[in-house]
Amino acid sequence: MSVLNVEDLRVTYTTKGGDVPAVRGVSFSIDRGEVLGLAGESGCGKSTIAGAILRLHSPGTRIEGKLELEGEDVLSLKPGRLRAVRWTGASIVFQGALHALNPVQKIGDQIQEAIQVHGMATEKEAAVRAGALLEQVGLPPRRKNDYPHELSGGQKQRVMIAMALACSPTLVIADEPTTALDVMVQAQVLQLLRSLQHDLGLAMLFITHDLSVLVDVSDRLAIMYAGKIVEEGKANEVFHAPQHPYTAALAAAFPEIGDTRFRHKPAGLGGDPPDPQLIPSGCPFHPRCARAIDACRTVVPELWDAGADRRAACVHVAGAPSLDSVMS
Amino acid sequence: MTDTEEARSESLQLGEPIIEIDDLEVNFAARVGLISGLMGKKGSDAKAVDGVDLTLHEGEVLALAGESGCGKTTTARALLGLIQPQRGTIKFRGKALPRDTRSLRPFRREVQMVFQDPTGSLNPRQTIYEIVAEGLRIHDIDEGPNGETEEDLVAQALSRAGLRPPQRFYLLYPHELSGGQRQRVVIAGALALEPKVIVADEPVSNLDASVRGEILGLLMKFRDELRISILIVTHDLGLAWTVADRVAVMYLGRVVEIGPTEEVLLRPRHPYTKALLKVVPEAGEAGVIREILQGEPPDPTRIPAGCRFHPRCPVVASGRAAELGIEDRCRGEDLPLAEVGDQHFAACHLIDINQQP
Amino acid sequence: MKTEPAITAPEIQAPVLPPNKLTPRQLRWARRRRTLGRFWQQFRQSKMGMIGLAILIFYAGVAIFSIFASKGALDPTITTNGPRLAGPSLHYPLGTQIDGISVLSLTIEGARISLFVGLSAALISMLLGTLIGMWAGYKSSVHDAILMRITDVFLVLPWLALAIVLAAMFGQNFWIIIIIIGLTSWAGTARLVRAQVLSVKERTYIERSRALGASDAHVVIKHITPNLMPIIFANTILTIAIAILSESQLSFLGLGDPNAKSWGTLIEEAFNHGALTLHAWWWLMAPSISIVLVVLGFTMVGFAMDEIVNPRIRER
Repeated sequence: MSVLNVEDLRVTYTTKGGDVPAVRGVSFSIDRGEVLGLAGESGCGKSTIAGAILRLHSPGTRIEGKLELEGEDVLSLKPGRLRAVRWTGASIVFQGALHALNPVQKIGDQIQEAIQVHGMATEKEAAVRAGALLEQVGLPPRRKNDYPHELSGGQKQRVMIAMALACSPTLVIADEPTTALDVMVQAQVLQLLRSLQHDLGLAMLFITHDLSVLVDVSDRLAIMYAGKIVEEGKANEVFHAPQHPYTAALAAAFPEIGDTRFRHKPAGLGGDPPDPQLIPSGCPFHPRCARAIDACRTVVPELWDAGADRRAACVHVAGAPSLDSVMS
Repeated sequence: MTDTEEARSESLQLGEPIIEIDDLEVNFAARVGLISGLMGKKGSDAKAVDGVDLTLHEGEVLALAGESGCGKTTTARALLGLIQPQRGTIKFRGKALPRDTRSLRPFRREVQMVFQDPTGSLNPRQTIYEIVAEGLRIHDIDEGPNGETEEDLVAQALSRAGLRPPQRFYLLYPHELSGGQRQRVVIAGALALEPKVIVADEPVSNLDASVRGEILGLLMKFRDELRISILIVTHDLGLAWTVADRVAVMYLGRVVEIGPTEEVLLRPRHPYTKALLKVVPEAGEAGVIREILQGEPPDPTRIPAGCRFHPRCPVVASGRAAELGIEDRCRGEDLPLAEVGDQHFAACHLIDINQQP
Repeated sequence: MKTEPAITAPEIQAPVLPPNKLTPRQLRWARRRRTLGRFWQQFRQSKMGMIGLAILIFYAGVAIFSIFASKGALDPTITTNGPRLAGPSLHYPLGTQIDGISVLSLTIEGARISLFVGLSAALISMLLGTLIGMWAGYKSSVHDAILMRITDVFLVLPWLALAIVLAAMFGQNFWIIIIIIGLTSWAGTARLVRAQVLSVKERTYIERSRALGASDAHVVIKHITPNLMPIIFANTILTIAIAILSESQLSFLGLGDPNAKSWGTLIEEAFNHGALTLHAWWWLMAPSISIVLVVLGFTMVGFAMDEIVNPRIRER
């Protein structure tokens, strides 16, 4: 059974300047023990999805579609049940380097708080568990009396991971967990995440803009653009044999050292990722696409078959319906 | 070092040296609280840059790579005269850099900087025109070499930076542009002065991935068409692979390896370079347990004795250094860069015994 | 499959430029107009700000009118043959005081005096505070330490006691009052300005300016000061309110200039002549309500501006 099942999710922010459709119909599912990587740039909606799963958005935000966590419909949960599910069903690893940790509270206490809020243990038990969690993420348990400013970036990120695991969730959402960390520390944290995920059999949704990181960490990969998924499939295959022009361009931005194709030839796209309030018609990528044809301005692509266990939203893929019906 | 580089210039087709950094040292004073200071406690200075020799040649792209705290950004800022070094000389076209602001002014026309944060680099209250024209006004440039007006020069700079038509941008404010456009404005501001050298400090790390290629392409165009030399400070070796002619890897305030990009990135001779290359997410080797350096990036106030990398060096940690009989030297003997190939230098005791890391 | 009509992406709404070649000066003014236009748009949306502004415009009008009213029926120095201590009537809308002078005339003149003192004192305070704050913030280290200790002293000084002493020493001159108030109220502005300078100083665009070759003077004039202006302006408005109140306090205590009767002086006279016991409420009410309204007006406008200008929320 899938741990997380998302069907046609739509999230729209209501602001003074009008409605902002951050997510425009996204569907995916994650099974137990599986890691799904969600990649995309600014404005694509990936971080919005992380918040939507635990219903962390402000009340004015419109969320439509189906969102099921271990079979339970998250969008219709009563507040009491929602609070119970938060952190025990699914938890989030935020970017620790930012202000996700309370600067005036010891880190051990912060982890304990997560446990005690769910009434899962007495104070003594929670303290012991906090120490155990710290050890699990590679920090000596005595550091639970430290304050966040006494830790380095990498250590803070480990604390975030420990907190996310505090209530033994089935799904962990990692939202840009290694951005702003040095390469070496990033590698350490990724290794930690991978091994924890493997040992605890967690389902994981890994969200980042750094595509190269995802290929290492994920089993499957979904690429987002302008609020929709434009390609999905097995991580390795999507990166090395992209079917959607955007995926190809994104992958080219992370060239492999030694690949002479990119030597002295930086590959980039013109234009910018679109503003969610000004999404182009038809295929939202068409203004920047090297393979755009006339039909791309009007046809709204869906995720069509693009190979074995691969789908992409582009008129050029094998599984796309013929355009004759449109051209008349 | 510089002589050796010059002698071999032909093989890599390096031009004349345009910037020469010699034995640069930059310290940051220790920060001691008032009470501790009164009690006689002395903090240790952070040696951000501890003896760096570097030469930038005309028309080349040199990447200065390393983790945070290695001193690459400090070196770049010292190069621009934004930080005063404790020791060492910086020469532009053979002439040493003066210390005071006024004398530095003519130099500032020739060497320009592009910063990491495009949003922070632009004064939110200035229009794009004013931002690009600022350099011209500071240097009292009313006329271009062919009689162009200030507006002509601004338009030219904006066009060269890829913002066309330039008139459209004159009255806009930075917050009305995207990240990529803002960085182009910063670049245009630098170009307006027609510099010979551009120092780019992480020019694309704050930008979306798909936009990076264009900005990098711009920098390369400047190198090709305008003969501008470029020093790129970055932590991303993949970026160095894409644009750099030579790569210099820094660790704890020193250059530990430097050479042609192909050599350094494909045939590294320093264990640190090798470690950095190993952790670049090598797409395609999913799940492979890689040898990752443990611990944090080191503290510039406590520089280890001997080879400053030895506490984290995999060769020492695995015992191989002991086997090869060099462990004592690694722990006790500091060492300079040694030649390991054509234009390729590295500072490691393995070189003496002809071993690879 | 789904299709939708093709729409071309809208271009950035770039402002229209005049067809001729632009001079830097024209661009500067175009930019200023744009900024002011935007500021006004936002200010208009604040009810509080607009009400305050209305009050201020009204009283400004009264003050200006007072300059021309010195001749004519509303001249407060002419003792009229009117009734003494008469309540409000058609002929004397705000009643008369003990000498038979129309309270309305006195109030109108008071508007001019109070506002002038308030504005001048606030100007001195603003200039002092800004200069000291900027110097301390920009130069840092020793300069900063010394200046800030001096500022701290002025911040905690009991200004009223100091003002009384100074007034006693230098006489009850109109200008002395202005200087006294100015000299005792700059500390708050200094701290504010220093904080802002410290934060702006570290911005990357300052470093960029230096990298371009800018001198200290250029950086301060072109970058730091424009960033300070909105904050200083909002703060000055609030300082005016405080200055007017301070002046009223001083005048009420009898330290005001007897030749330039501000509202505070008016209240003092009314009080001294026992207006309350004599049930001559109009004599007290007119100046009191005026002070309240004007101070309220400045405060409301100041708060509204602060909301727009506060860098914590508004920095773009």
